[in-house]
Amino acid sequence: MSEFIDLVNLVKIYKTPKGDAVIVDGFNLKMNQGEFVSIIGHSGCGKTTVLSMTAGLLEKSGGNVVVDKKEVAGPGPDRAVVFQAPNLLPWMSTLNNVMLGVNQVYPHASKKERHQICEYFLNIVGLGDSMHKMPNELSGGMQQRVGIARALALKPKMLLLDEPFGKLDSLTRMDLQDILIKILDKNQMTTMMVTHDVDEAIYLSDRIVMMTNGPAAKVGEILEIPFEKPRTRSEILEDPRYYELRGRLLSFLEEQDHKKKEFKPKAKIEKPADEPDDNSEIKKSA
Amino acid sequence: MSIKQKILNGLDIAGLPAFKPIVLLLSGENPPEQINSILKFIVVPIIAFGVFLVMWWAVASNIETKYGNVPTPKEVAKEAGSLIDAHNESRQKAKDFYIKQGEKAKSYEEKAAGFTQQALAAATPEEKTKLEKRAAKMEKMATKTKNRKYAETPTYFDQIVTSLKTVFAGFLIASAIAIPLGIFCGLSNVFMAAMNPLIQVFKPVSPLAWLPIVMIIVGALYTTDPREAWFEKSFISSAITVALCSLWPTLVNTALGVASVDKDHINVARVLKLGTFTRIFKIMLPSSLPYMFAGLRISLSVGWMVLIAAEMLAQNPGLGKFVWDMFQNGSSQTLAQIMVAVFTIGSIGFLLDRIMIILQKLVSFDSVVSA
Ligand SMILES: Nc1ncnc2c1ncn2[C@@H]1O[C@H](COP(=O)(O)OP(=O)(O)OP(=O)(O)O)[C@@H](O)[C@H]1O
Ligand SMILES: [Mg+2]
Repeated sequence: MSEFIDLVNLVKIYKTPKGDAVIVDGFNLKMNQGEFVSIIGHSGCGKTTVLSMTAGLLEKSGGNVVVDKKEVAGPGPDRAVVFQAPNLLPWMSTLNNVMLGVNQVYPHASKKERHQICEYFLNIVGLGDSMHKMPNELSGGMQQRVGIARALALKPKMLLLDEPFGKLDSLTRMDLQDILIKILDKNQMTTMMVTHDVDEAIYLSDRIVMMTNGPAAKVGEILEIPFEKPRTRSEILEDPRYYELRGRLLSFLEEQDHKKKEFKPKAKIEKPADEPDDNSEIKKSA
Repeated sequence: MSIKQKILNGLDIAGLPAFKPIVLLLSGENPPEQINSILKFIVVPIIAFGVFLVMWWAVASNIETKYGNVPTPKEVAKEAGSLIDAHNESRQKAKDFYIKQGEKAKSYEEKAAGFTQQALAAATPEEKTKLEKRAAKMEKMATKTKNRKYAETPTYFDQIVTSLKTVFAGFLIASAIAIPLGIFCGLSNVFMAAMNPLIQVFKPVSPLAWLPIVMIIVGALYTTDPREAWFEKSFISSAITVALCSLWPTLVNTALGVASVDKDHINVARVLKLGTFTRIFKIMLPSSLPYMFAGLRISLSVGWMVLIAAEMLAQNPGLGKFVWDMFQNGSSQTLAQIMVAVFTIGSIGFLLDRIMIILQKLVSFDSVVSA
């Protein structure tokens, strides 16, 4: 199968008062159709930047995004995004939040058909009976599930997830991981997910892309996850290869940490707090 | 949700959380704490008001004016009572008048019927036409009597109603102008830049300066025959003055609301590639509603203040004119009547503000749990 998604030499440079800040420099990745790729890396290395450029929400300083042999510019419903915060519109019911996208993607469907599509995807994420609730009546996990349903209902060529479960407690997070893996087993979808969670990455991915630390971050190593699909959490945890993979990931991250320490003056290491721990800056500039 | 919870939510929405402890106390929830809050937030304000009355009382009897002593709270209350009496009396008179007119009309109608009967039985054609003519005349008299209007001088409550109508008319005009302009300002930097000098220059202008201009222009343009006109000239000039002074807060706030839509929500719109129309009506407007309503609330209270001044200055019917007329009368009740008016104006202003607070809370999707 030829590559379905091709990220070619993505570059992001911010103009700052202190001169150009090269955040991402030459990020290359090819993805097959239906493949699940996770991007993992230290905080602030540029994961959200890569994902936002792929989504078209952030302007590229260089490089191309090719989807299904066509180069794309700007955002569109063919690359659905699930944000770290659910970003539901609080003045619309759950159903209407999903409907907003469905109306865009199925302009010729009848009202009843569109309603059925929304209902189908809300059922998939287990929210069939919360259709008419307002977002502020839902828990954080439920809101995030609506966000996933909204993205899936677009029938996108590519699903982009930016730490989709990052803000949830670990139990809810495992729940949603299971839901996501079930959905993707049924309807294969080319997916790129940014995460901090090594176990989550192994459980869900076909390949894990490890990014080098910024500035000028790029693909460091790529790890193939050999487990058969469909997977279950317990099977994977029992597999001896699991710990080997986990070790590889952690040692890469540690290595990057050392490089950072060598690279940066001592004072900076002691306060990693000056690194943004969320991606709000990116979104604002997008 | 239980009834208790509903009442509590209602109080929250109405901006009256001070009364929550009463509900909680009645439901027996932690009585000592509730009594404590009641003391703090209900009893203390009542005492403060009492202190105010006592001080007023003490000061009032010591100030001598050309219309006699400054009235005490009691005299003001009495005056309020007599204004109510005067209103009831006037209504009663009107009622009596219409009953009398009705009776008169009836007797004319009966006479008309009588003539018609006679006409049917008339011997000669000449006789018949004569009687028919008479019947028609009586008929005419009857309708004329029925349509006669009682020439009532407006009572205090009529003035209140006039003022309320005028302020709402002005407020509607202001909203109809300010909201669309605000939306355009929020959507387009260029439009905002174009509007900005106008906004900055006209915003601080006092109603006293607008009023003569408005009156002259309305006088020139509104030339419909007064008997056929839907609105009186004075009503229109007051309403437009109110609108001119009160549209700015809504305009500025709407623009701010539209311009400060959450970037994440904009990103959602971008990913979905929403069209301009959907983007404005499904994302921009709902998200700016709370700002817009905050602006509308300020606009309405500004409008109410402006209206009283405009009515006073222009002698346009309403509460302002009432105050001015009382001032001109210069009787021993003048001060008491004006004070009644002051309390009325204040209370209505307060009520209008409450209504706007409730609306504002209802449209802000974050603060209220919709239930
Ligand atoms: N507008 C901007 N101007 C300058 N630098 C920026 C801007 N926005 C983001 N950056 C920088 O780009 C870098 C990468 O940010 P990005 O959000 O992509 O990191 P991330 O890998 O997603 O981090 P996290 O894991 O914490 O979400 C950060 O060091 C950040 O400081
Ligand atoms: Mg990020």
